Amino acid sequence: MPDGLTLNKIVAQRGISIGEATRRVADLGWTPSYVQEAMTFPTDYKIKKSPRDPMKQVLRSYFPMQEEKDNRVYGALDAALRGDMFRNVEPRWVEWMKLFLAIIPFPEISAARSMAMVGRLAPGEELRTGFAMQMVDEFRHSTIQMNLKKWYMENYIDPAGFDITEAAFGRCYATTIGRQFAEGFVTGDAITSANVYLTVVAETAFTNTLFVAMPSEAARNGDYALPTVFLSVQSDESRHIGNGHSLLMSLINDPDNHQLLERDLKYAFWQNHAIVDAAVGTIVEYGTTNRDKNKESYAELWHRWIYEDYYRTYMLPLEKYGIKIHHDDVGAAWDRMVKKNYVHLTAQFFSVGWPVNFWRIEAQTEKDFEWFEHKYPGWYAEFGDYWKWYAKLSTPGEKAILFNGDVGYSYPHRCWSCMVPCLIREDFCCDEVDGQIYTYCSEICRWTHKTAFAAEYEGRPTPAMGRFSGRREWETCYDGWDVADAIKDLGFVRSDGETLMPQPHLIFDDKKMWKLEHLRGDKLGSPLQAFRKLTPEAREAAVAEYRKGFKINPIH
Amino acid sequence: MSATQEPVKSGAAGAAVFAGSDSRRYNYYDPKGRKATHYEDMTVDVQPDPKRYLLQDWIISFADGTPTYYEGWTQLKSSDWHKYRAVDQEWERTHYQRQSTIVGMLKNVIENGRRSGAPARFDKAWVKVLQDHLGAYKHAEFGLGTSTMQAQRYGYTQMINNAILTNSSYKLRFAQDLTLYLGEIALDIEGFDLDSGKTHWLEDPIWQGTRKSIETIMGATDYLEQYFATNVIFEPLIGELFRSGFVMQMAAAQNDFISPAIVSAAEGDYERNLANTVELFSMLVQDQQHGEKNRQILVNWAQTHGALAVEAANQLQPIWSQPRVKVAQFADAFDQAKNRLRAIAAEIGFDVRPIIGG
Ligand SMILES: [Fe+2]
Ligand SMILES: [Fe+2]
Ligand SMILES: [Zn+2]
Repeated sequence: MPDGLTLNKIVAQRGISIGEATRRVADLGWTPSYVQEAMTFPTDYKIKKSPRDPMKQVLRSYFPMQEEKDNRVYGALDAALRGDMFRNVEPRWVEWMKLFLAIIPFPEISAARSMAMVGRLAPGEELRTGFAMQMVDEFRHSTIQMNLKKWYMENYIDPAGFDITEAAFGRCYATTIGRQFAEGFVTGDAITSANVYLTVVAETAFTNTLFVAMPSEAARNGDYALPTVFLSVQSDESRHIGNGHSLLMSLINDPDNHQLLERDLKYAFWQNHAIVDAAVGTIVEYGTTNRDKNKESYAELWHRWIYEDYYRTYMLPLEKYGIKIHHDDVGAAWDRMVKKNYVHLTAQFFSVGWPVNFWRIEAQTEKDFEWFEHKYPGWYAEFGDYWKWYAKLSTPGEKAILFNGDVGYSYPHRCWSCMVPCLIREDFCCDEVDGQIYTYCSEICRWTHKTAFAAEYEGRPTPAMGRFSGRREWETCYDGWDVADAIKDLGFVRSDGETLMPQPHLIFDDKKMWKLEHLRGDKLGSPLQAFRKLTPEAREAAVAEYRKGFKINPIH
Repeated sequence: MSATQEPVKSGAAGAAVFAGSDSRRYNYYDPKGRKATHYEDMTVDVQPDPKRYLLQDWIISFADGTPTYYEGWTQLKSSDWHKYRAVDQEWERTHYQRQSTIVGMLKNVIENGRRSGAPARFDKAWVKVLQDHLGAYKHAEFGLGTSTMQAQRYGYTQMINNAILTNSSYKLRFAQDLTLYLGEIALDIEGFDLDSGKTHWLEDPIWQGTRKSIETIMGATDYLEQYFATNVIFEPLIGELFRSGFVMQMAAAQNDFISPAIVSAAEGDYERNLANTVELFSMLVQDQQHGEKNRQILVNWAQTHGALAVEAANQLQPIWSQPRVKVAQFADAFDQAKNRLRAIAAEIGFDVRPIIGG
């Protein structure tokens, strides 16, 4: 080697700067002149050609970076097996992963699909490139989660429920909530769905609870796999949040968009809260065995991430563009979390409905009671007896809690908007839309269906807005069915053809497990169909009665 | 189990035997082969369907009542869309591994080439060809990338949409590969004009047929028409014609050993995208119920996009005479392209004679 030459000098070579590279890449696009791109996914928004570039990245560096992230994930999964993770994992936790991981891959891939919609609308190619990377990211998220689920199925003591996962996703009453979430990303007005509902709200606000709260709780339950996968997923989100914010900024300066933006922020915030907090709140608070009083409760996490980080530092600053932010909605959501027992009522509902689940839910015990009472004062008076009933009625031969008149639980209506049942009884409401009666968990959910998802909004035509459709009330599908037949139809029976996939306990012993015969004889019913048959006067009385709520009977 | 009934302490597979404790495979779909592949487990049924497990149907619709996913988004019909499997079996891990390997390889080739001073030794006439025509062609690749990005929203199953999604990812990467490659050799070649490519793409008569072909694909509203026109028509008649029939054959004789390596990555990508495409369209042509009708639609699409592509290819002809050392003929390259199209069409099962003759 000649004097004065170092390896560094030999290797170092002038390259193009990242700024120059992204500028060149953004220049790949052009405005077509022979054939126009069809605006296949409509929006009522106007998008200004005022691009702001949120990111400086090209695929040449993106792919190796992501491959490296993948290598760490798969390496950690191997290490978890070598370390015998499943010997010490808490089944209470893993059971809930049957529900969570049944839901999440479809919202993820829907996010990928929605990039087609915003990609066409993107003002400027730099942003379109950002959306392209997000598309590939979301493909990553969907399939890496399918892989994690398969891995649980192969290694966890009770694979039943993981084995039917995507079939269960299509049929279960609880996964409906997740379908509402995912379809919300890709259907209807392209900006409403793919920008506001998906990115500005779901990714920017709620992925923290999904992908950070959940992993922390997993680790506390001996599950080191979920954190590895989901923190890796979350590491892509800042890019997505940047994309969404850029697109938002390209439409927020046009006062013509403000009315729609206010509508969509209101709808998206409330529905994200209703869906994500119901599901993730329940899993984090009730799927754990860790009752460390020093850890933050879900409500405390919510306050930090949704209230402090999102509401105060992301939503409020939008006001300077002239957008009206619905402060009272944020307050109302917070009240539902801390004053109105939203998460606890959801957990109660999921557990009452255990026979039509496809995962196990065990009873909460004294140790859990103490923690709940500590974190949510007043909890015991409201829910203590319920969980004692649940424990007592977990043995086959008992009358299942869903049909057991001694308990005092009264089966709820379902919300036509968020698909979560109307669990906060005093907020229950109903309305008529296009000549048909519907039920809602809250005033904002009523507004969402009747006012937001309609052909006009406050006198302004909104031809691109979506509509709610389908058999949205799950119970309608099995109205009048014997529950045992419904369970068979759902496919929630184990390979012996008799034993149920769901169990109200974590006992891995055939002799203690419920079978179809233990449930046969009781019928499922649709609260909505019954409600619609009432006369207007009777309906009014039923609403008043419903709002009064119910009291769980004392257990002796 | 013993009579004393110790409760099970371990959460590991095999710690207890009970109903369902050995059910360790996804059991809700029929694998294509004897055993389910990992790709199938990652992919099948993630996008639901009311005809399969979607009990409550789609729960949001567009204003006109079109559901979240709709079979009518293409004219083609299938008696079972769910039968389709991508031949390349791509899921996230394989996708990132492959893409990452390619960009790593290209980076090395460019770095080593530049380090040895190769770009400065490119023939002068060739440099202008790269600047004007490879520079123009990168936009065609980008157009295919964005139209497949659009198309991946519409497919009726996860398998179809993911195959189109990875196709998009490959095309967008390659468009960027070319952009960065040209940007990097420009540092070593005095007077290299990086804006020239786009100008040629937008204005040079040589490229207007190609641009029209691409814009027609981008503007198509039938997502399978986009996928078909991309891989069955444009890629063999224009893409391979230019990449293999021109760049890869000519470059070495102009002292350029780098460009063929860059362009070869796209040929590898295309082999996979093509295999996926042929699998899908041959499934649709062989459909017991709808095959004949589908075949007719493919013929129509082939006529529309084929006519544009043939015209575009003919307009590209002058490029073959621009390098100083002429080692390849347009006529030969185009004959090969046509043969390639015939072979693809034969495999799918439709007739291309009306477009390019027997
Ligand atoms: Fe994601
Ligand atoms: Fe995301
Ligand atoms: Zn609601």
